[in-house]
Amino acid sequence: MAALTISRRELTQRTAFSLLVLATAIVTVPVLFIIIYIVVNGAGALSWEFLTQAPSQAGKAGGIFPAIVGTFYLMLGTLIFSLPVGVLAGIYLTEYARANWLTRLINMAILNLAGVPSIVYGLFGLGLFVLAMKFGMSLLAASLTLACQALAMTITTSREAVIAVPREYREGSLAIGTTKWQTIRHVILPQALPGVITGTILAMSRAAGETAPILVVGAAFILPGLPTSPFDQFMALPYHLYTAAAHVPGMSKVTIWGIALVLLVVVLSFNSLAVFIRIRVRQRRFGS
Amino acid sequence: MNMNHALLNNRAAHNNETKLKTEQVSLFYGTFQALRNISLDIREKAITAIIGPSGCGKSSFLRLFNRMNDLIIGARVDGRVVIDDTNIYDRDIDVVELRKRVGMVFQKPNPFPMSVLENVAFGPRRHGKKNRHELEGIVERSLRQAALWDEVKDKLGQSALALSGGQQQRLCIARVLAVEPEVILMDEPCSALDPIATLRIEDLMRSLSSDYTIVIVTHNMQQAARVSDMAAFLMMEKDRAGILVEYGPTSQIFTNPQDKRTEDYITGRFG
Repeated sequence: MAALTISRRELTQRTAFSLLVLATAIVTVPVLFIIIYIVVNGAGALSWEFLTQAPSQAGKAGGIFPAIVGTFYLMLGTLIFSLPVGVLAGIYLTEYARANWLTRLINMAILNLAGVPSIVYGLFGLGLFVLAMKFGMSLLAASLTLACQALAMTITTSREAVIAVPREYREGSLAIGTTKWQTIRHVILPQALPGVITGTILAMSRAAGETAPILVVGAAFILPGLPTSPFDQFMALPYHLYTAAAHVPGMSKVTIWGIALVLLVVVLSFNSLAVFIRIRVRQRRFGS
Repeated sequence: MNMNHALLNNRAAHNNETKLKTEQVSLFYGTFQALRNISLDIREKAITAIIGPSGCGKSSFLRLFNRMNDLIIGARVDGRVVIDDTNIYDRDIDVVELRKRVGMVFQKPNPFPMSVLENVAFGPRRHGKKNRHELEGIVERSLRQAALWDEVKDKLGQSALALSGGQQQRLCIARVLAVEPEVILMDEPCSALDPIATLRIEDLMRSLSSDYTIVIVTHNMQQAARVSDMAAFLMMEKDRAGILVEYGPTSQIFTNPQDKRTEDYITGRFG
C-alpha cells in the first residue's frame, strides 16, 4: 500500500505549477508596475489646459494639444492607406494567388516585413515619400511610412480572417450560381471584416506609439499651430515625449510623465477597442 | 422493405425523358482515380439515388453535375457530362450559369449568417433582381415550396442560425429554389438531422420531384428505398476508384438486384 505522504509525482507537479505561476507573474507584474508608475507620476500633470493648449516655453509650459491631434491624424492616415491595401492583398493572396513558390515567397516576405526595424521604415519613407516623391517632411509622408509598416499586420490579419471563413459558406454561395467575386464580396468579406478591423486597429495603435520612423519624415517638437494640410509638419505624442525627456533641460518630470500617460491612454484604449470587437464577434458567432 | 410500390410505379411512368447523363466519365484527383468509366442516364422530374459504401466516390460523382469538383486543385474529368444535350465540360461553358440551373444542397446545413429573408434572396439578388416586392414574392414562394413558410413567416428578419437543423436544411433548399434551378443535387442532406426532420425533408423531396430533377447521395438504404424512383449502386475497385455496379428502378435494385455485389450490399453483407 502506498504511503499517504506527498509522493514524488505530487512534488513534481507542485514544482511545475509554481514555475508556471512564476513565469506568468514575471510577465504581468512589470507591466502593471509600469502602468501604475506612469499613472501615479503623470496624473499630476493632467489638466484641462494640458490637454487643450499648445506648448509654450519649449514645452515647459502650456499643453500638448497639437501632439494629441497629430497622433490621431497619423492613426487616421495609417488607417486610410493600410486598410484597403491590406484587405485587398489579403483577399488576393488567399483567394486568387496560385499555391506556388512565388506566393509562398510573397507570404514569407510579408511576415518578415513585421520584423524590419522601424527606423528602417523611417529611412525608406524619407527616401521614397519625402525626397523621391517630393512630399517633403509632412503628415502625408509620415502616414504613408507608418502605413507601410502597418501593412505587414493588416495583410496577415486579413489573410487569417479570410481563411477562417468556413468552406461551407463559399460552397453554398458558389452552388447557387454566384461568381467568385460575388461570393467574396457578399459572403466572405462580411464574415472576415471583424477580424480585419481588429487587426487594423491594433496596427493603428502601434503606429500611434512609433517614434523612430516619424522622426525622419516630418515630426516636429514644437509647432505654433495644428497642421492645416497633409503637406504640413506635425507634432506627435511619442516624439514629443522623447524630445521633452531627452533634449529639454529643466523640463519638469511631472510633465514628462503626463505626456507618457496620455500616450498610454490613447494606445491602450485602441487596443481595448480591438479586444472588445473581437469578443463581441465571438459572442455573436458562437452565441445564440 | 417498406415502400409504396403503387406510388413508385405511378411515378416511374410519369416521365421518361433524360435530363442528365454521364458518358464514360472518369474523375481524377491528381494521379488518384476517384471514378472510372461511369455511364448513367438520369431521368427528368424523378428522384435518382446514388448509393454505395463510404469512400466509393458518391459525392464526387454528384459534384460532377455542377462542376463543384473544379474547386479542388488537380481535379480532372474525362468523358462527357451532359445536361439537355450540352456537355458541361466543354470549354465555352459558363460555370456560373450552369450552377444556376443545377443547384446543390449540402450534407451539413449551411445557411449564411444573415436573416432568413436574406438567405433566400441571396441568389436572386446576385443574379440582378433588385425590386423589393419581386424579391419578397420570390422569398415567399421559395419558402412555401420548401415547406418552411408557416414556420418562419413571422421571423423573416431573424438570423437563420437561430433555426433548428431541419429548418436550416429546408432553408438551404429554399435558397436553391429561389434561383429557379432545373436540377437539385443533394449530398446526404439528412445525415446531420434527426429522424423527424429527415422525414420532413423526404416528404419535401417527393413534392419537389414533380417539378425538379433530383439526384441524391445517401448512405441510408431506407431513405433511398423510400424516396427514390431510380437507384445507382457505386462501389470501389481494388485501386479505390469508384465504378457503377448497377442502375435501375429503385424497386428492382432493392427487391431483385441483378448483380451479386448489389445484393450483398443491400442485404448488409458489407459496407
